[in-house]
Amino acid sequence: MEAIRTTEVERRRAARAATVMSVLGILILAMLVISMNTGYIRLAPLDVLKTFMGAGTDKQELILFDFRLPRIVISVLIGAGLAVSGCILQGLARNALAEPGILGINSGAGLMVILFISFYPANSVAPVLLLPVLALVGAGLAAALIYVLAFKRDEGLSPTRLVLTGIAVAAGINAAMIVLTIRLDPDRFQFVAAWLAGNIWGTNWDFVLALLPWLLVLLPFVFRKSNVLNVLHLGEQAAAGLGLMMEKERFYLLAAAVGLAASCVAVSGGIAFVGLIAPHLARRLVGPRHQHLLPASALTGALLLIVADTLGRWLLQPSEIPTGIVVAVIGAPYFLYLLAKAKA
Amino acid sequence: MNPQTGHVIQTDSSMPKLRTRPVAASAILLGGLIAVVLGLAVSISVGAADIDLLTVWQAVFDFNPDVTQHQIIQELRLPRAVAAAVVGACFAVAGAIMQGMTRNPLADSELLGLNAGARFALAICFAFFPGLPYLYLILYSFLGAALGAALVYGIGLLSRNGLTPVRLTLAGAAVSALLVALSEGIAIHFRIGQDLAFWVAGGVSGSNWPQLQSMLPWVAGALLGALLLSRSITMLSLGEEVAKGLGQRTRWVKLAASIVVLVLAGTAVASVGSIGFVGLLIPHVARFLVGVDYRWIIPCSAVLGGLLMILADMGARMINPPHETPLGALIALIGVPFFLYLVRKERREL
Repeated sequence: MEAIRTTEVERRRAARAATVMSVLGILILAMLVISMNTGYIRLAPLDVLKTFMGAGTDKQELILFDFRLPRIVISVLIGAGLAVSGCILQGLARNALAEPGILGINSGAGLMVILFISFYPANSVAPVLLLPVLALVGAGLAAALIYVLAFKRDEGLSPTRLVLTGIAVAAGINAAMIVLTIRLDPDRFQFVAAWLAGNIWGTNWDFVLALLPWLLVLLPFVFRKSNVLNVLHLGEQAAAGLGLMMEKERFYLLAAAVGLAASCVAVSGGIAFVGLIAPHLARRLVGPRHQHLLPASALTGALLLIVADTLGRWLLQPSEIPTGIVVAVIGAPYFLYLLAKAKA
Repeated sequence: MNPQTGHVIQTDSSMPKLRTRPVAASAILLGGLIAVVLGLAVSISVGAADIDLLTVWQAVFDFNPDVTQHQIIQELRLPRAVAAAVVGACFAVAGAIMQGMTRNPLADSELLGLNAGARFALAICFAFFPGLPYLYLILYSFLGAALGAALVYGIGLLSRNGLTPVRLTLAGAAVSALLVALSEGIAIHFRIGQDLAFWVAGGVSGSNWPQLQSMLPWVAGALLGALLLSRSITMLSLGEEVAKGLGQRTRWVKLAASIVVLVLAGTAVASVGSIGFVGLLIPHVARFLVGVDYRWIIPCSAVLGGLLMILADMGARMINPPHETPLGALIALIGVPFFLYLVRKERREL
């Protein structure tokens, strides 16, 4: 009787998840079209279609293929990556407020990227493929530092201490960045300032190529670990009782989360809140099971970022608002709402 | 300041016995003031062109407009050094009052969104009313700080378990993120990034006498208010019930103290931009040195905050000449390890 009911619930949940994801997919596609004709130069949907078919003018081709499309693709990838990263962290920490931005992972990645940019000779083209690797090193170091600082032998890792430590480490790293960047020439300083504000700067196909392998490897890996996350979410005892190699699994998942966040941040700069909001929205849509939650988070994050990027280009034309700012304006109120609602 | 040092506490039968060290506190106040004066002198004498202390003395007390060095000192370095001291005192006292009032060891005008609010107000001023007189900037800065505080407190009051330190800190971080994002958006659209960045990077490099003159009455009033309220804040820091039991009208005290904090934080942000951690760090140091009586903590915080800021400003000029290192970043680098220590030290769930 009990079993039948759970399978029934399962089936309904799966059906619901399928519906939600289809809707999200359609919304993303719709946003793609809107986003492609938003900007300083308007391209009507028909022109976009023509250009895709290879019948557009040279100018249209340039705008679409060299400027707009890579940026849109990057937005989608970053949104998905950051959201899944946040989803993993929330599952691991069993803390609704965990996300790569708050946990200082973004800042660590950013520091490495900025160090690299400031010491790299300005006249040469930076090897773009190296950026995610550097960011990963920085993010890993920051994550390790936060973990060590927040961990206490007699109490383990308290969620609140983790979050507070993350905030502090992020503040420290940001300050270190400012001190380092003050030596830069004005152009580079401008770049760094924009980077810190979360301006998606890697807007050509090279960056898509730099980012794509990371996501193609890490996302399937994480999706396969859905069950592990489900079990971990039940709590320490339950997980140990079910015979899970807890520490090992936890480490793999944490590494995956850091890797996802770092590779995205390398290209996008400091975008906070995506990793926080997307999983929350997804959870409300498809429920707590990670089989549904992870892909739904990815789609939600992608949608959120493409909306933010499009808004940033459209709101204050001709000037563009960095995507990170738009996300913060959308995300901070939601975070506050969660905070007010949370039990402890 | 009560001149009858040491006699205040035992004659005060209505107050519970507190761990205080009036003698140490008096020594710190006196030593601190001397250190501040010395710091000012040294700060004025070092810089792009080193000027010996004798010349500094002459420039201040025997000003001769024909001497270039005197001019440099009077027009640039003296106001800058004084501004650093004043602003440091403001942030530190604001932090001390906030920590005492909310009984939250992590309270600070930066962490609780006041500074971001003041910044937001300044962004709006620069964008929509360019060329506002400085006095108005200060006033709008107060309003902005009040907005930031109101948002953070509102969230705290809405939440189920009330204002735990962690919740306040998180709400402050989110509110700050929101207000900073809005300020940046305004700055980008109205192309005032440069003006605002100058403010935000947290520096006293642009301070001048007219600015100081608009600032000082507010600061003096607020610091005096802080001293007058200090006894009530000590009671509040023992807990709301204790304060009420001692016959205090806590609501009025809180209101008055909040206004003092807004004025202090608002003025400080309007003059040098957003600088965090001074308000967090200094009150803890003061408490460690002089005990838990805010009649001592507040004046000591003012002196120590001024001292820290003078030193930090000197550091900002000397680390990487001729560039200035942003003061806010420098202070954060000192403050973050301390904050981490506080978070670790907290035994129970904060």
